[in-house]
Amino acid sequence: MYKLLLCWRYLRTRWIALASIVSVTLGVATMIVVNSVMAGFSHEMQTRIHGILSDLVFESHSLSGFQDPQWHMEEIRRAAGDDIAGMTPTVAVPAMLNFQVRGQWVTRQIMFIGIDEATHAQVSDFGRYLQHPGNRQQLSFGLREGGYDTIDSQAKATVPTRPALEGAGWPHRRMRVERERAWREKLEADRRTTTAGDSPAAVTAGSPTRSVDQQVEAVLAATAEPSPSAAEPAPGSGSADPFRQARPEAGTRMDPATEQFTGIVPGIGLASFRDTAGIDRFLVLPGDDVKVTFPTAGTPPKAVSDTFTVVDFYESKMSEYDSNFVFVPIAALQRMRGMIEPQTGIASVNSIQIRLREGADLDRVRDKLRRVFPADMYAVATWRDKQGPLLAAVDMEMSVLNILLFLIIAVAGFGILAIFFMIVVEKTRDIGILKSLGAGASGIGGIFLGYGLFLGLVGAGAGLALGLSIAWNINAIRAGVEWLTGEQVFDPSIYYFHRIPSIVDPFTVTWIIVGAVGIAVASSVLPALRAARLHPVEALRHE
Amino acid sequence: MSDVVREAAPELLRVRQLRKSYRSGDALLEVLRGVDFDLAAGEFVSVVGQSGSGKSTLLHLMGLLDAADSGEVVLEGQRIDGLSAARRDRLRNTCIGMVFQSYHLLPELDALENVLAPLMVRHGVFEWLRVRAAARAKACDLLERFGLGDRLRHKPRQLSGGEMQRVAIARALVTQPRVLLADEPTGNLDEATGAGILEMLCELNREDGLSIVLVTHDSAVARRADRIVRLAAGRVDDACPAAARMAG
Repeated sequence: MYKLLLCWRYLRTRWIALASIVSVTLGVATMIVVNSVMAGFSHEMQTRIHGILSDLVFESHSLSGFQDPQWHMEEIRRAAGDDIAGMTPTVAVPAMLNFQVRGQWVTRQIMFIGIDEATHAQVSDFGRYLQHPGNRQQLSFGLREGGYDTIDSQAKATVPTRPALEGAGWPHRRMRVERERAWREKLEADRRTTTAGDSPAAVTAGSPTRSVDQQVEAVLAATAEPSPSAAEPAPGSGSADPFRQARPEAGTRMDPATEQFTGIVPGIGLASFRDTAGIDRFLVLPGDDVKVTFPTAGTPPKAVSDTFTVVDFYESKMSEYDSNFVFVPIAALQRMRGMIEPQTGIASVNSIQIRLREGADLDRVRDKLRRVFPADMYAVATWRDKQGPLLAAVDMEMSVLNILLFLIIAVAGFGILAIFFMIVVEKTRDIGILKSLGAGASGIGGIFLGYGLFLGLVGAGAGLALGLSIAWNINAIRAGVEWLTGEQVFDPSIYYFHRIPSIVDPFTVTWIIVGAVGIAVASSVLPALRAARLHPVEALRHE
Repeated sequence: MSDVVREAAPELLRVRQLRKSYRSGDALLEVLRGVDFDLAAGEFVSVVGQSGSGKSTLLHLMGLLDAADSGEVVLEGQRIDGLSAARRDRLRNTCIGMVFQSYHLLPELDALENVLAPLMVRHGVFEWLRVRAAARAKACDLLERFGLGDRLRHKPRQLSGGEMQRVAIARALVTQPRVLLADEPTGNLDEATGAGILEMLCELNREDGLSIVLVTHDSAVARRADRIVRLAAGRVDDACPAAARMAG
């Protein structure tokens, strides 16, 4: 009993010992904050990767893919029946994206992914990452009549950071086409007047007071003549497009102001950059036309290109994907690549994305499918397998950080050791007194071990409170620091998260607390031993 | 107490041929060179001698705070030297009460808690919860008897020397020991206060039959005891064995 009482009294009267555990407190708080933020980042990243990748990816090794996805999907369902929640076929090929910025052609290396717009959203979070509310509801590769988000729908910002998307869509397309036509017309008119050509259209074109209708008529007339046009459809590939707004019949001219090419959804990172003020600047907007060069399905593959209309942007906040992926309707890509067998009309696909029902064991289903489908023809991988190295790197970072931070607490342990030795020396006479009263060596040692435990608990407890309050309010703290210093602490343009993610894992916190208390107790072992071994007579004589 | 009673009183403590030496550097310092000492139950014995005569060491050996080189210490017919550390701790807690010159109170505890300390040492936490009320009553009684009823919650630094020594005596007696070993209990006190403490000890011996061994270098103090044992150069000096008896 005396042990508890004395521990308690020492705790209340020895403030210097409390100073020694401030470092325990700070260490614990830091560990909790770092672990929470890292776990938050990791979780955010995993959900995003998972959102993009679907649970299981069933793919062929070759670019040409495998025939008859319908049959494969039935086989998959037969093999792993109950666990399948949804499937969608995709075609993914490396490609080049070309678009014009201020008259310069810019080329980007991309992954060109054909998706089934009806079913793709069922297997991944793809739909959530689009910029048009309508497309988030149900993806359409048709250009929208405006209404794109000027405020990032995934950020909780209140200020529009994408003013450029205000007029995107058909209005932007019409305006651009009109401007190009007007310019071309002006050139034509100038040429005609200088070459003394005298057509009625040219006369009205020269007049600055034309009505809008007249302008449009003039434009139509102008495009009827063969002239170089940025909006001109590429000749050749494909004629029977299944999409309503797609390419008109070969030989007829399309009107870019009212018609579009096959729609595509590029990653937002391909077409935009964030300026220093945090505003996203766009190189290409929905409504603009771009060219994509991609390989055909034959062996060896030939490069073909076609013109597409940007209809939306894809933003998963994972820059690796946002600056690499371009989505296109799977049927169009299959046709353009020659993946549809002419006689039977059976198409090929590269891969089948599979979503499993909630709680299904990914690895078990993967192994089931691997047993059914020969490994030399098909690869079956979970999203974790696919992102293994990245996830492993994050895990490793976390463990290294934890080791480093734990060393801080270990250093605090040495502080406790030193201060405890001093307290033992200071309390030598009291130890002698207790021994003269019949306290045993174990009891005396127990006082100091218990004292160490108390200090550890207090230090870790304070660290817990501090760490949790920081972890839970990290964004408020960040805002406060930013307000105080005027510097941006957390730059969302680098991380693509609008706020610092933070997840407090009770297991990790418990582990940290136990470790910190353990270190405090461990470092009081030596002083406790010394106290226990003090000779009572010498201790009593100690001044 | 008459001589007849004392003759009949059973032997409480017997020390035979006790030797103790300390090593300081190369020199071997022989403090006790074969001391014989007896204490009957209910007896009040003073041990006197000059500084360095080994009287404190004798007290420590009898109080089991130290181990002798040779010789034996017998308490109520049972040898108590050479016991295991745990059993010596137990004996110290239950059978022996000690009082020191500089009081040796625990500064973090108040008077009452200091008195309760040996009982807390004896009992574990859960046991303590059971016996606490009785222990507190006993400690309060003792403190009140010693005139400290209004000082229960005072820390040692708030008490005078005499009060501290009375608390220390209460602490030594709360366990109801067989023998009280007092090492210069009046050494740090002024004459009047010291006399008060001494009077208290005599009263305890007279009324409660407490066996007391009092170590002092002050012959005036020593004379209050039933018997004086004089130590000189590590041995009992038999020159005037009966002097004290006559004084008492």
